Amino acid sequence: MESQPLALKILNVISAVLLAIATWLVFFYAPMEVVMGQVQRIFYFHVANAWVGMLGFMVAAVAGIVYLRTHDLKWDIIEQAAVEISLVFFITTIITGSIWAYPAWGTWWTWDPRLTTASILEMIYIAYLLLRQGIEDPERRARFGAVYTLIGGLSVPITFLSIRLFRTIHPALIGTTSSAAQGGFDMTPRMLHTFLFSLLTFSVIFVTLLWHRIRLGRLAEKVEQMKLKVMQ
Amino acid sequence: MIEVRKLVKRFGLKTVLRGLDFKVQEGEFVALLGPNGAGKTTFLRILASLSRPSLGEIRIAGYALPAQAAAVRRRLGVVSHMPLLYGDLTAEENLRFFGRMYDVEHLDQRIAEVLELVGLAARRRDLVRTFSRGMQQRLAIGRAVLHDPEVMLFDEPHTGLDQDACDMLDKVLRDVAARGRTVVMTSHDLARVEDLASRFDVLSRGVIAASASRQSLGKNNVLTFYRQALQEA
Amino acid sequence: MKRNPSSITHHASRITRHSSPGSFLRAVAAIAWKDLAAELRSRELLSSMLVFALLVILIFNFALELDVKARSTVTAGVLWVTFAFAGTLGLNRSMAVEKDRGCLDGLLLAPVDRSAIYFGKAISNLAFMFIVEAIVLPVYSVLYNTNLFNLGLIGVILLGSVGYVAVGTLLASMAVQTRTRDVLLPILLFPVIIPVVIAAVKASSGFLQGIETAELMTWINLLIVYDVIFVAVAFMVFDYVVEE
Repeated sequence: MESQPLALKILNVISAVLLAIATWLVFFYAPMEVVMGQVQRIFYFHVANAWVGMLGFMVAAVAGIVYLRTHDLKWDIIEQAAVEISLVFFITTIITGSIWAYPAWGTWWTWDPRLTTASILEMIYIAYLLLRQGIEDPERRARFGAVYTLIGGLSVPITFLSIRLFRTIHPALIGTTSSAAQGGFDMTPRMLHTFLFSLLTFSVIFVTLLWHRIRLGRLAEKVEQMKLKVMQ
Repeated sequence: MIEVRKLVKRFGLKTVLRGLDFKVQEGEFVALLGPNGAGKTTFLRILASLSRPSLGEIRIAGYALPAQAAAVRRRLGVVSHMPLLYGDLTAEENLRFFGRMYDVEHLDQRIAEVLELVGLAARRRDLVRTFSRGMQQRLAIGRAVLHDPEVMLFDEPHTGLDQDACDMLDKVLRDVAARGRTVVMTSHDLARVEDLASRFDVLSRGVIAASASRQSLGKNNVLTFYRQALQEA
Repeated sequence: MKRNPSSITHHASRITRHSSPGSFLRAVAAIAWKDLAAELRSRELLSSMLVFALLVILIFNFALELDVKARSTVTAGVLWVTFAFAGTLGLNRSMAVEKDRGCLDGLLLAPVDRSAIYFGKAISNLAFMFIVEAIVLPVYSVLYNTNLFNLGLIGVILLGSVGYVAVGTLLASMAVQTRTRDVLLPILLFPVIIPVVIAAVKASSGFLQGIETAELMTWINLLIVYDVIFVAVAFMVFDYVVEE
């Protein structure tokens, strides 16, 4: 059994260190926001998670298209890994969003376009995983996965647009329409630093997790191969 | 007519066909034998252009698969163990549908001919779901010859048929073969193909393990030949 | 064994030697016609879709206690929920027919472009949806004493159904090849057709409330854009779903 390559081990350490630094920055370096208070600090992780989740989404979509063109199963492993990890990043986005929403606006959920689209995207991810689960043949599983990633991927921007239009023509029924409710506030330089650093941290964590998951996929494939050899 | 070179088919990590070579001349009737799970159906599906090879070259009637699949399909008639017919349509409507899909000319006349050939002229206006399995198989053969293909592939066509139905099927098969078509038929029931085929090939462990013409074997030796081929593989 | 030239069987030019746009359209028409003819005989698909749709409307009657005023705002939503759910029944059944008797292989053996299969199935699926919608509208009108004979509404229903069926046919072709089959289709389909639902409900509601068409153009445009994009993508990608 091969153990983790050195680069990956280093990446593990770097991820942990970055996360620690980012947490410190969030609590001690960034100033407190005037209107919302301490709870606003969660913004740094919330938005960083969302952006990195989007990154994962794009990686999955591209990997799917590349698989359909090359029929090389390694792209399928990348696609599935990206979907699973993006799924987790979006869950943390949604949860941190809720934690932010309640003290700030008195509601756990805000039906705003971004949050709603994120949840729909989660549904698509779960559908994707269920689809894969119902297929035995690895080649067909990869093909269908790629097709659904493509269809799902195309629909998400259109969905976001539709919900945006829906909201502007029909104002929010929940929460106020003040800029605070929309989550807007001006960022001081320190806040900007903290935010950018969080973004970096979570991007690195994403790459680390992706690598781990791809490795897991490859090892699983090897196990299957060995199983077949033993059976024959 | 059919040329297969170094055909490999993998399903994920499992290799079913391992560098198979296969050649059939025009007019031959090849019985493809082998134990269950040997890959006969997989092989036939690849020849029928329903499945893509992982590696290897295939040419049927001069056209390459999968690159020139449409041209191949036009010259191919396939009968599988599932009837591939629509139960809620009549026999005639089924044939008409497939005739349209294959762009068959003089369709009405052709349908009448085919129904006559397979002995179902009297049932042309009956719904296929009222047909017995034997009748459905015969109609399936009718569908397969509708466009006058040069090559015919049969995948265990006798499955699920009783003696009478089998006899009727054999009669149709002989008719079909007599018109000079090239036929490849898989079967795991030796008795069925003994009288029909001009050549016997055995598929075992992903390759053609043995091949012999009827002439060289003589009738009673087919079974021995088959057993031997499996043992040696 | 020599070829026997006989008048009955040996007809050299029995098959057309080239595939033309004509044969593509013929194949599409043949497939659509085949589905409709078979369905007219058994009426299984249509009756189950219809009964289901009417039951959904019935349940809504009790689930949402609506006074006359509230109803006018909710009608569009109720209609589209009904269509969306009844639609999955039709999509599933239409594909199951091909899968169960191995008929899909029969279609794949024909020397036509795979996308002909997609278009043929999509057209018959669309026809089934239209039939169901054409029956549900008058029934709803009668049950709730609302006039639903509104050209704008009908136009929206047309556009929305096209988008729904375009994606639905593709996804149903995938779902039918998995272990979980019927159950999987709504799970795959609904997250992806949300733009259709949003736009269709807003536009339908607008037309029913007598709002000017010009104001509803955003939604209509959204529907058109969605339809165009997804019909194009679905038909390009269909090969990957049926070829092995």
